[in-house]
Amino acid sequence: MKYVDEFRDRAAAAGLAAAIAREADPAREYALMEFCGGHTHAIFRHGIQGMLSPNVRLVHGPGCPVCVLPGGRIEAAVALAGIPGVILCTYGDMLRVPTANRGSLLKAKAAGADVRMVYSSADAVRIARDNPGREVVFFAIGFETTTPPTAVAIREASRLGLKNFSVFCNHVLTPAAMGAILGPPGQEGKGVRIDGFVGPAHVSTVIGSRPYEPFALDYRKPVVIAGFEPLDVMQAILMLLRQLNQGRAEVENEFTRAVTRDGNRKAQALMAEIFELRPDFEWRGLGRVPDSGLRIGERYAAWDAERRFGVEERAVPDQKGCECAAILRGQKRPRECNLFGTACTPESPLGACMVSSEGACAAHYAYGRWRDVA
Amino acid sequence: MNRRKGGYPRPLDFRDGRVDMSHGSGGRAMAQLIEELFVAAFDNPLLRRMNDQAAFSVPAGRMVMATDSHVVSPLFFPGGDIGSLAVHGTINDVAMAGAHPRYLSAAFVLEEGFPLADLRRIVRSMARASRAAGVPVVTGDTKVVERGKGDGVFINTTGVGLVPEGIDISSERARPGDKILLSGSVGDHGVAVMSCRENLSFGTAVESDSAALHGLVQAMVAAAPDIHCLRDPTRGGLATALNEIARQSGVGMMLQEAAIPVRPEVAAACEFLGLDPLYVANEGKLLAICPAPAAQPLLAAMRAHPLGREAAVVGEVREDPHRFVQMETAFGGRRVVDWLAGEQLPRIC
Repeated sequence: MKYVDEFRDRAAAAGLAAAIAREADPAREYALMEFCGGHTHAIFRHGIQGMLSPNVRLVHGPGCPVCVLPGGRIEAAVALAGIPGVILCTYGDMLRVPTANRGSLLKAKAAGADVRMVYSSADAVRIARDNPGREVVFFAIGFETTTPPTAVAIREASRLGLKNFSVFCNHVLTPAAMGAILGPPGQEGKGVRIDGFVGPAHVSTVIGSRPYEPFALDYRKPVVIAGFEPLDVMQAILMLLRQLNQGRAEVENEFTRAVTRDGNRKAQALMAEIFELRPDFEWRGLGRVPDSGLRIGERYAAWDAERRFGVEERAVPDQKGCECAAILRGQKRPRECNLFGTACTPESPLGACMVSSEGACAAHYAYGRWRDVA
Repeated sequence: MNRRKGGYPRPLDFRDGRVDMSHGSGGRAMAQLIEELFVAAFDNPLLRRMNDQAAFSVPAGRMVMATDSHVVSPLFFPGGDIGSLAVHGTINDVAMAGAHPRYLSAAFVLEEGFPLADLRRIVRSMARASRAAGVPVVTGDTKVVERGKGDGVFINTTGVGLVPEGIDISSERARPGDKILLSGSVGDHGVAVMSCRENLSFGTAVESDSAALHGLVQAMVAAAPDIHCLRDPTRGGLATALNEIARQSGVGMMLQEAAIPVRPEVAAACEFLGLDPLYVANEGKLLAICPAPAAQPLLAAMRAHPLGREAAVVGEVREDPHRFVQMETAFGGRRVVDWLAGEQLPRIC
């Protein structure tokens, strides 16, 4: 497959693995976090961890929007779906995500709610146009990658004067979550074991590389933005090791074929037009994080499902015994959680990291379990 | 239009007519549907006797029986339809015991309002598939459910077959050291069906691989009578079939990703839909597990058959108390190929 095979070449991978082995200082340990679920998936699907020196450890971050959405927001979505006349549209991954009381949108659907899986926010707008007598709610989730498409849907609904369409907005921001993992600058040493970041691919096409600069400057953590193909990831790991060995902390860009320093200004302007910052937002595994979530601004309030249906915020505590927070900070590995693989499995996930295949625990369970027994 | 034929008021209207509740009532309308459509299409001496059952003689030896219900959506897809699929699916389930399939039954659940033209197209496709396979439909049943309580048509088929003397193929027989063979490319059926889903339609040249595999199985059994396991990797794909065998046999496996054939169009579709071809359904492929010395003769026999031209050795069975199916990735890494959690694609067969 053109433009894909080139980035999965076995000989190039072996060359990079050898270069990483030469660069890795046997006297030190390296803990590198890939923030994005897309990177986590690539790492496991292609078996990258096993190609690295044993002292180069990958810590799998919270960059899976399905995983980090807290139970309270899922419960609110289930409640919205239960309102008579409502069609709730969302991306397929959201259907299985469990609420605290073991509910899910999939179960709500089975019980009679009209929940529809869409592949694009535009599909939800179309469903609203096709069903003028019904209330169509788009359950919007995701980082900066999926935010512009939601903005487009809201603007389109506004243009068409679609009164039966609204958006339940759950969009979240990547740099805020990276900051929350590290803690306030200067105090981040406490317990966190992350030496550098493999920076997001698709998110960075939108926001650019500039928003990561504080992590290099204030936290002294190198960041290398990387594409989602396995060779991108290995190249980024090599670049991170070089920075660490040379005592540098910079934002470097491996994904130059798609990411610039300033990102996609048009998409940023669109987001700024439609959305505003929430004072804080709750994350599964990270708790309430300031300035980390978006809501629909005053100008487009008419398309805000939270206002229209009076959605109430209800905090739902994370599962007792769940080690997601420690796993996301690099302090623990999935197998060090007592629930991993016993009470918490991909079939019945309890913690955020087990929810989608891109979560740290789910990926380790599905692809990496052999390493625990090898 | 008052012309009478065979005692019925008028022939079935296969152009504009639709299934109604009377077609399942047991009355004259049902008899007419059976006679003008089902018996006409499937015509064979056993069916023609018009009994509620088919009676046939059974030779000595072991028989196998398999049943499969088909609910695929959409009903027509590139490379096949629910009718041909219902014939191939059950023939293959019978054949995976190394058996010669002999007879099929067919039961239809029709939804009120379903166009008779579509029903005839499906039944004729089924009849063609059954004739080509040499496995007649000898008994059947028709029920009609109210509009909104079905999805056009559901078809259940049951098949019986005979196992040749000395053949013992079963999924608990995989042993460490055995080789794993695959008859061809994976993921074609699932991608073909998906490409015509209304909310997902994308242009692709991929056709379903739906095919009856008993001829291939006979050639394989002749070349290597000591095949340990045979499985057609349908729902859940190659990964699921191998995990089932690993569990039943109490063994592990190591696959070579680079050896597993995947058509470029299928790989591309999976890439942009975020699917793994190892979990996508097949309807005309099989997996064989055999002792290492039999692998080369078996591979040669498979490649000599039209349905096994792209056959390949894709891995081997290992001792593993954890029963992991693992894979050396084409990239050079290693990973577990796990059971599918949830479902990738609903209503694929």
